[in-house]
Amino acid sequence: MTIDNEHTEEPTTEEPKTKKSVKKEPIIEFKGVSKSFGDRNILDRIDFTIYKGEVTTLIGLSGTGKSVTLKHIIGMLKPDEGQILFRGKPIDQMKKDEWNEYIGQISYMFQSNALFDSLTVFENVALPLKYTTKLKKKEIAAKAMARIEQTELTEVADKYSSEISGGMQKRVALARALVTDPNIVLFDEPTTGQDPIRKNAILSMVADYQKRFGFTALLISHEIPDVYFISNRILALYDKKIVFEGTPEDFESLDHPFRQELISSLESLGQELTGLYSRRQFKVRYQSDLSQRQTDASYAAAVFTIDELDKIGETLGHDVAQQIIRSLGSYINKHFGAVGGFSSRQTINEYATVLPYSNLEESQRIMEDFTRDFKNHGIEGVKTDIEGENQSKECVEFSVLAGLAQGKPQIEIESVMEFARYNQKELARFTCARGGEEK
Amino acid sequence: MADNSTDDITTATQALKPEKGLLKSVFIFFGGKALRLNNDMGAMAIFFFRSFIMMFRFKAIPDIIQQIYYIGAKSAQIVMLVGFFTGMVLGLQLYFVLVDFGSVGVLGTAIALTLIREMGPVLAAIMITARAGSAMTAEIGIQRISEQIDALSTMRIDPLGYLISPRIAAAIISFPILTAFFDLIGIIGAWVSGCLILGVNSGSYFYRVVSSTQIDDITGGFIKSIVFGLLIITICCFQGYFTHMRTDSFGAKSVSLSTTSAVVISCVMILISDYIVNSFIL
Repeated sequence: MTIDNEHTEEPTTEEPKTKKSVKKEPIIEFKGVSKSFGDRNILDRIDFTIYKGEVTTLIGLSGTGKSVTLKHIIGMLKPDEGQILFRGKPIDQMKKDEWNEYIGQISYMFQSNALFDSLTVFENVALPLKYTTKLKKKEIAAKAMARIEQTELTEVADKYSSEISGGMQKRVALARALVTDPNIVLFDEPTTGQDPIRKNAILSMVADYQKRFGFTALLISHEIPDVYFISNRILALYDKKIVFEGTPEDFESLDHPFRQELISSLESLGQELTGLYSRRQFKVRYQSDLSQRQTDASYAAAVFTIDELDKIGETLGHDVAQQIIRSLGSYINKHFGAVGGFSSRQTINEYATVLPYSNLEESQRIMEDFTRDFKNHGIEGVKTDIEGENQSKECVEFSVLAGLAQGKPQIEIESVMEFARYNQKELARFTCARGGEEK
Repeated sequence: MADNSTDDITTATQALKPEKGLLKSVFIFFGGKALRLNNDMGAMAIFFFRSFIMMFRFKAIPDIIQQIYYIGAKSAQIVMLVGFFTGMVLGLQLYFVLVDFGSVGVLGTAIALTLIREMGPVLAAIMITARAGSAMTAEIGIQRISEQIDALSTMRIDPLGYLISPRIAAAIISFPILTAFFDLIGIIGAWVSGCLILGVNSGSYFYRVVSSTQIDDITGGFIKSIVFGLLIITICCFQGYFTHMRTDSFGAKSVSLSTTSAVVISCVMILISDYIVNSFIL
């Protein structure tokens, strides 16, 4: 890829954007559900709601009953007490036809993948279509191959599950879960055993498919804070109860022993993918640094966005997309960390940096240095990563946007970041070279 | 109505209670085993009938053909090998019994009836148990502990219809054919030892084989082989399917114990059912 040098401008301030609100329809509800295995009580009257079209993540410590909760939805377990409702109707009171219709809308992706080792990748993905639909052989093959291509498994379609890597097995399980176009997909720890790049690739794939196909997703994951970027809602299971049900932003400010126990231990590992602060740590650092400043002191905040990350994922693959995120994040952290700044990944394709001791003028100079440096070294790093991961040598154009804003200690960091987002201009653009193989 | 507050009645009531200790322990032990056996047999019967009725689906035909290959075609070599040497041993043993009575001429009759009525169905069934039955238990057991069977349920594919029914259908087709192979090769094996090695007249041998074999003998042998086949498949698949419910072990160990149990129980049941079927046929 070549770098387009014409569109590098310094960011300026403009007005923030507003978000639309969406009416939520409850699709699955747990009402007072309890479950015990022998003398061991796992769930104690838990209540929660899953809304249609949303990604809900269930988090909790290991062995606290997350998979047990999921298995209740699919009917693999029955509650000792309470009810599970689907669109307001208890599932234990459904007639056979109603039950078949309900189950037919749900797909389950097992933590262990549960692939049939005597079948090839293609046969595994095609299996639900072969036995539960009246599609002809050619139609089944076409649908299965479409999913296999989407999950980048074309080259291993004729291999058995024991002949492919763990990451590929996970993708086969994902393809099989999605091949029937379900309305509800349950993911039981889809990223277990994966490296940080693959974990985020899988999570972004889940988010991407959810946006594309509009299914309702319930995800069990330990990948905090990465799941915040793809989740609409978080459910926290602790001590046999649901102790939190709400947005990821609200969860970050939850004051509960569960958060201390789980989040602190996970956050201490740092953000595996980029080495940056988590959003919570970013806020804590912001508050502690800026609270020591005088009220008339100013600081600068920058927001960096990788434009068209979805397109990169679709064209070059989710692994390449994650590699780009990693490269940019590392570069930002390295550059701004050296001048006293601190950074955090804010969303799936966005970073924020605070320069606590620089005013707007100083930070603009720092940004100029960063832009120059990024073009000379950072972009080469990203380019190398793309070429390393991109086995098919396809090409996609994308931009890195950057926006700068000035803030004062008494102003909320979110407002300053909104201003910075609105000020974003193209920092650098990756384009495809015309002619020849060099991209 | 008894007044339980008086000491006399309390003492009398206590005297009616059985003694604790060894006797009670014995009853508890054997009674418990009997109840568990009763429960297991009931569960197995339900398992069999639910799987049997799902056999009659057009979509199951490719799976049935595949299982006929695994159970039938791949067991043929070992069945014929065992059959040949069983025949040879029978020929040898029966020769030395009959020669004392001057009746070596009836060697063919003895061989044919022994093999077709008893040895063929029983030994063929035991060999298929050892080869295919154990593999079946292990395969289904591993599928159970690796959640593949749960995955089938979540995909609305009935695990019994997908895994067990084709095997039952394959057993009904394969067992009689393998039994027939066993009988045929056994008769040839006995001819080798009795006629080629020990000098019995071949013409006389084969004449006796053909003339003494009635259609009832062959039918009886096939009925036994089908009964054995259904028993073996049900027992082996049942053990594998419910591996996860074992209380004496978990994981890979439970699969190995289930496999052992499947083979042992199958062999015992072959012999028990052999007597039962014989009592109906004869």
